[in-house]
Amino acid sequence: MITQKLIYERPFIKKMNAGLMNKFGTRTEFQALKYIDGVSVKSLLAEYGSPVFVLSEKQIRRNYQNAVRSFKTRYPKVQFAWSYKTNYINAVCNVFHQEGSWAEVVSGFEYRKALGNGVPGNKIIFNGPDKHPEDILLAIKNDSLLHIDHFDELYSLIELCDTQDKKPRVAIRVNMDTGVYPIWDRFGFNYENGQAWNAITKIIGSGKLKLVGLHCHIGTYMLATSAYAIAASKLCELATNCKNQLHTPIQYLDLGGGFPSTNTLRGAYLPGVDTVPSVDDFAEAITSTILAHGFKQDELPLLILESGRVLIDDAGYLLGTVLANKRLSDGRRATIMDFGVNILFTAFWYEHKISPAQDFTHHSEDMVLYGPLCMNIDVVRESVNLPLLNRGDNVVVHKVGAYNMTQWMQFISMRPNVVMIDEKGNPHLIRKAETLGYLEMQEETPTHLKSINL
Amino acid sequence: MDKHTKKPLVIAVTGLNAIDSPGPGVAVIRALREGLDRELRIIGFSYESLEPGIYMHDIVDKTYQIPYPSAGIKALFERLNYIHAEEGMEIIIPNFDAELYNFIRLSDRLAEIGIRTFLPNIEQLEARDKINLLKFGKKHKFHVPEDKVINKAEELNKLAEDFGYPLVVKGKYYEAIIAYTIEQAHKAFYKLSAKWGHPIIVQQFINGTEINIAALGDGEGNAISIIPMRKLYITDKGKAWAGITLEDQELIDLANHFVKATKWKGGFELEIMKDAKGHLYIMEVNPRFPAWIYLTAGAGQNQPATLVKMALGEKVAPFTKYEVGKIFIRYSWDHITDVKEFQHLSAYGEL
Amino acid sequence: MKLKKNIATSENGFIFNPATGDSFSSNPIAAEILQMMKDGKSSSQIKAELLDKYHVEELQLERDWDDWMSQLKDANLLEQ
Repeated sequence: MITQKLIYERPFIKKMNAGLMNKFGTRTEFQALKYIDGVSVKSLLAEYGSPVFVLSEKQIRRNYQNAVRSFKTRYPKVQFAWSYKTNYINAVCNVFHQEGSWAEVVSGFEYRKALGNGVPGNKIIFNGPDKHPEDILLAIKNDSLLHIDHFDELYSLIELCDTQDKKPRVAIRVNMDTGVYPIWDRFGFNYENGQAWNAITKIIGSGKLKLVGLHCHIGTYMLATSAYAIAASKLCELATNCKNQLHTPIQYLDLGGGFPSTNTLRGAYLPGVDTVPSVDDFAEAITSTILAHGFKQDELPLLILESGRVLIDDAGYLLGTVLANKRLSDGRRATIMDFGVNILFTAFWYEHKISPAQDFTHHSEDMVLYGPLCMNIDVVRESVNLPLLNRGDNVVVHKVGAYNMTQWMQFISMRPNVVMIDEKGNPHLIRKAETLGYLEMQEETPTHLKSINL
Repeated sequence: MDKHTKKPLVIAVTGLNAIDSPGPGVAVIRALREGLDRELRIIGFSYESLEPGIYMHDIVDKTYQIPYPSAGIKALFERLNYIHAEEGMEIIIPNFDAELYNFIRLSDRLAEIGIRTFLPNIEQLEARDKINLLKFGKKHKFHVPEDKVINKAEELNKLAEDFGYPLVVKGKYYEAIIAYTIEQAHKAFYKLSAKWGHPIIVQQFINGTEINIAALGDGEGNAISIIPMRKLYITDKGKAWAGITLEDQELIDLANHFVKATKWKGGFELEIMKDAKGHLYIMEVNPRFPAWIYLTAGAGQNQPATLVKMALGEKVAPFTKYEVGKIFIRYSWDHITDVKEFQHLSAYGEL
Repeated sequence: MKLKKNIATSENGFIFNPATGDSFSSNPIAAEILQMMKDGKSSSQIKAELLDKYHVEELQLERDWDDWMSQLKDANLLEQ
């Protein structure tokens, strides 16, 4: 008879401290996550390697539809524009475009990406302080919406128009005091000191530009819905002045982005899931302000939103593997993962939730999670209570869909595969892992440095 | 209330840390045991394993550890459900600032499973938050010290010019440090932000006499009980060592005005500073009973017991008198227990 | 590498070090190892028994054993 051996777990003892976090009731923090949209985490890792980013198409669509519903049930004219910088992998952008979202871009590169995805030029919003003249000309030709950021841009745009027979459609970006600090006054024209009004009169006075909208983007990861109410109210005020004093009705108000996802910010005491306002809360604050402003029903401006993070963060996962365990000089446990801040850039400001991808016992340990980089700043979590993880075990990092796949760094290793699981539960590779060949493609080595002899 | 009820009333209380900077739990329980004319079963909720109340078995019948507020609402609710299945709780009285957000957010779901609370709502909680106190004071015409909410240490330089020294640097939830130089202010900023997160509140220093008011609002704008107290002696942590009940109509009026303006529901404490001109500044509003709450029972207005009556739906008329000149003197007392109890609680989360 | 003599262990896996006043909790396998150590078994004896009883590679156990020893040392539970 073969006797079954017992399941092994490495032995450990834990000091019973008076002051440390007690574990009672915190176990929900680490339920194993073995499937994403019905696809097993282990099979994804086996097929696409570790680490790997995984996006849920179902979740992206659900987020988008919920956000649209939040606004459209409150306000008649709403348009979302996908913020390319949040995640500009084409497959991701096209999910949003299929859902009806326009494109919001902040560089010539992003602008061309949107065109390449088939977004009609008149449904691209071009933001940002760095628009090159050739980008601007292309945007004018395509009838895109140019959002002017500063006076130098305004003057050069007026100048460029001399060579064009088309009147470009423009809006100005307005910055303002919404009671939230810091004020993002480095972008756009200030409301309170009259700069914004000054820019508006210059635009209309030039006779060469068509002012169609007003734009603001008051910050990122905003936790106060009241700030959006203030922003909406100030834009409404400007719009009314445009109509009454300059006889230029404003077609749209663009409230920008900045809605937070439910990630927990580093240093925050309470978790994001409990404290972050919902899209409904923001929609209520914004739409009730505009509706109460006193526009005539047929003159209500189109409301544009450039949400990024809130629509995709929770649709993204990062799957990775434990490389090693070690004990630090102070006795704390350290776990080294095969992903670090190079690809999980958001670890700098979030305390990402991390789940084991396999079953575990109820014993847990406080540990530091490090990435594999040879840099001291490569810390995924400063302190996290997780079950005992062994070398080779897998983990899933939650809510990584926003910014990581655009701000990731290529440093000492290649960027990994990105996979999207479609609504039927089929995984698709949507961005291949980078290779040495890909990376060196752009390199030129002068002839005299081509050979070495060691 | 029915004296012959067989089943004891099960009340859960947090804040069992009756230490040098005490939580109010043990004081609340003493007041309940004296003020309610029926048998009680007191469930203690603890966060740490050495909160003295846990081991005081004549005060607390049974203690359960609960997850820290930072673990979130879901974790708390799951733990409360487990405890509720064991104990059949009727009322929970939370006593920590940092846990209130979660308990308030849960109050409807707790009511659905038969657990009552008597708490302010989130709007009331946030209006009196240190971060919003200035706005709140201006809106309702209270004197409040000038302050500024900051996220960056660099902002301290400007504030030092505006407010002058000393500056009061405060953490988001707890602790205040008085800084007399810019270096001290920076140090305080980093210390408090590391401990309690952002933002940090910097407040103008008001010189005067400190007075505290413990009060109880019914949620409809009526103050059911108001007891003003002056600390007679404080510890090096600024906590009351001894205090005495005062008679001062201005203080009563202030608390009444506060309850009327906020429609406050539940217990709270006003920290008042009376300056040389006699202005009453509201320095802070604590959204729960203070640690010295047992004095209200001693002075004839048992606020915890009254809160329980209101939580149970009883209509309570406002108290009209209390004994002036009642003194509390806080003392420490070494309670003896065995390492087995400590181990049991640490390992199983119950004792 | 011997456990200090006066270390008290309980069936529930609690460890109490009377010399320092520290208490520890342990997982079941750690409690089992401690008991074997208290019974005076050598480390090679203990490891052999564990290999026999648990589903674990020798190399893995060897690594974890080093970590186990460092935990005991950090916890001040070993004879100097």
